[in-house]
Amino acid sequence: MSFWTYFHKWGSPRWFYQFSGRLMPWLAIPAVVLLLGGFAWGLAFVPPDFKQGNSFRIIYLHVPASAVAMGAYMLMATAGAIHLIWRMKLAAMVMKSVAPVGAALTFLALLTGAVWGKPTWGTYWVWDARITSVLILFFLYLGILALQQAFENQEAAAKACAVLAIVGAVNIPIIYWSVEWWYSLHQPASIKFVGESTIHSSMLRPLIATLTGMYCFLGWMVLLNTRNEILYRERNTRWVKDVLTGAGS
Amino acid sequence: MSSAILQCEQLYSERDDRVLFADLSFSLAAGEILQIAGPNGAGKTSLLRILAGLSSRFEGELRWRGQSMLHNCAQFHRETHYLGHGAGLKAVLSPLENLRWSCALRGVSQADEAIFGALDKVGLSGYEYHPCLALSAGQQRRVNLARLFCSSAALWILDEPFTAIDQKGVAEIESWLAEFKTAGGMVLLTSHQPLSPSLGANVIDLGAH
Amino acid sequence: MSLVWAIMRRDMLASLRRGSEWSNPLIFFVMVCALFPLGIGPDPKQLAVLAPGILWVVALLASMLATDSLFRSDFDDASLEQVLLSGSPLFPQVLAKTLAHWCMTGLPLSLVSPLLGVLLQLPTSGMWALLLSLAIGTVVLSVIGAIGAALTVGLRKGGLLLSLIVLPLYIPVLIFGSSAVQTAVEGASYTPQLALLGALLLGAIALAPLAIGAALRISVDQ
Repeated sequence: MSFWTYFHKWGSPRWFYQFSGRLMPWLAIPAVVLLLGGFAWGLAFVPPDFKQGNSFRIIYLHVPASAVAMGAYMLMATAGAIHLIWRMKLAAMVMKSVAPVGAALTFLALLTGAVWGKPTWGTYWVWDARITSVLILFFLYLGILALQQAFENQEAAAKACAVLAIVGAVNIPIIYWSVEWWYSLHQPASIKFVGESTIHSSMLRPLIATLTGMYCFLGWMVLLNTRNEILYRERNTRWVKDVLTGAGS
Repeated sequence: MSSAILQCEQLYSERDDRVLFADLSFSLAAGEILQIAGPNGAGKTSLLRILAGLSSRFEGELRWRGQSMLHNCAQFHRETHYLGHGAGLKAVLSPLENLRWSCALRGVSQADEAIFGALDKVGLSGYEYHPCLALSAGQQRRVNLARLFCSSAALWILDEPFTAIDQKGVAEIESWLAEFKTAGGMVLLTSHQPLSPSLGANVIDLGAH
Repeated sequence: MSLVWAIMRRDMLASLRRGSEWSNPLIFFVMVCALFPLGIGPDPKQLAVLAPGILWVVALLASMLATDSLFRSDFDDASLEQVLLSGSPLFPQVLAKTLAHWCMTGLPLSLVSPLLGVLLQLPTSGMWALLLSLAIGTVVLSVIGAIGAALTVGLRKGGLLLSLIVLPLYIPVLIFGSSAVQTAVEGASYTPQLALLGALLLGAIALAPLAIGAALRISVDQ
């Protein structure tokens, strides 16, 4: 099969619906196992950090949430680009599905960051470079969601959000770097906390587990949302009616 | 129909789950006028916007001089004048200033002579330097129509060109259409009122589809 | 080139004759800057510390609010359709429009900023930095804002939505711009910040018109 036939097959919502139905357990099961297992491992079996005590354990939720939220934005921008360039409708549906999941993960990262901040820095919010960057990512997500809802026409909404997502993706490195620069300018390195690079390997393994689990979780949620979107957009077609009445698969 | 310059094949468009037209095919050759008729909401404006290249909400094939419009839309746009519902005029600027801008967009250099000629043709000589907000709706419409004569084109796409034009003006516009037609131009227009039979326009009724 | 000039000329002429388009952002700038001493107290020392940030944030907001009208009137009177159907490349057209808009909004904002600097007790050493950083920075703001304006021009309620879209993208400009002024006040060289703003400017001019053009096509095609 040539690349293009493959590409077009992928672009067919019906084929994707059936394919994703088969794929979903392969994401759902690892997501649940890795996340729950990773949390249990990280919370109960990893020795406490000698500086932060037990409070560091929140990284098993915080780090995956922020990393996957970032990855989700890139996924959204890529889907948007595919939609704009090849006019693939499925890509628009994927893009629309990623946005709320990514925004929720970003919010989770902010929330866990704040909870972590209290025992570490003695305050819920610090204008630290990393937290500020996550906050800006959250704003970018909110912008996409707001734009999405402002359009009445679905196709125009998808294209507009695709443009905005691409613009955002191009800007994210610049924004992150400028925030980094801003922070280093104003804050003589007085606050230093354990980063991933200096982490002990016994702490790292559960982190890798929850990180992988979180990626699977993202994939799972995106597939769920996309399948929903497919059913809604193709609601007038025969095959969707068959699916809904239980006649087909 | 080997001489057809604009070809539309199996156009399909829907709006809000309502099919506007389906399997609509027609073509246009030099010296032909095509009127698109139909009741309100039949999709006349949508069809014109699709043909002009403003809307991508359709399926089907559009060809200009035998080539797919996807690939040579710049050439198509250069050879086409589209006049939509809006006047496309800045009210604080004079007709001359507005048309200078329009000409620059289309790459017409040294346009002033053409603009004065065009404004004269549409009966607005003497108004060149008045701000457009001082002109009546009909006169503004005429300024917009003057764009047709500022630069040459092979196809005019006119959406309701007779709006806000008096009866004498309608006859005048029809004479311009006839002139353009004899010169080998093509016209695609929507209008609620029937055109004068002497124009020999073909009619597509969207309501019948 | 004549295309760019013709577009800029028409837009600036229209904006000059209408008046409000270039004067409203200026009035907004002055008024909001005047609110700050009322809100935080008249202490000159405190104001001097906050002045670079205040001036930059308010100039940024003024520029953003002005950007909303960038394509609005062209969309309403259908000149935007002529732009899209002219057969001329869209890149120079949107760039010309955006630059004309900057000449009518960002440039006057930069020029009056030293005056407001005096009102907010900005030390004189920061004046040139303020003027220059705003002059470069507001171009970037206009170009980025134009993307948001193009995306929202077809929507009935564009104004607030525009700010949600655009403000996160403005952050690097704000950081480097206000830092230039702060550095100048502290007596150090602010050329690095200006150079960074210049880099942002070049990047924005090279890339943003592509997004603006695509966004305009989407907004007209609804």
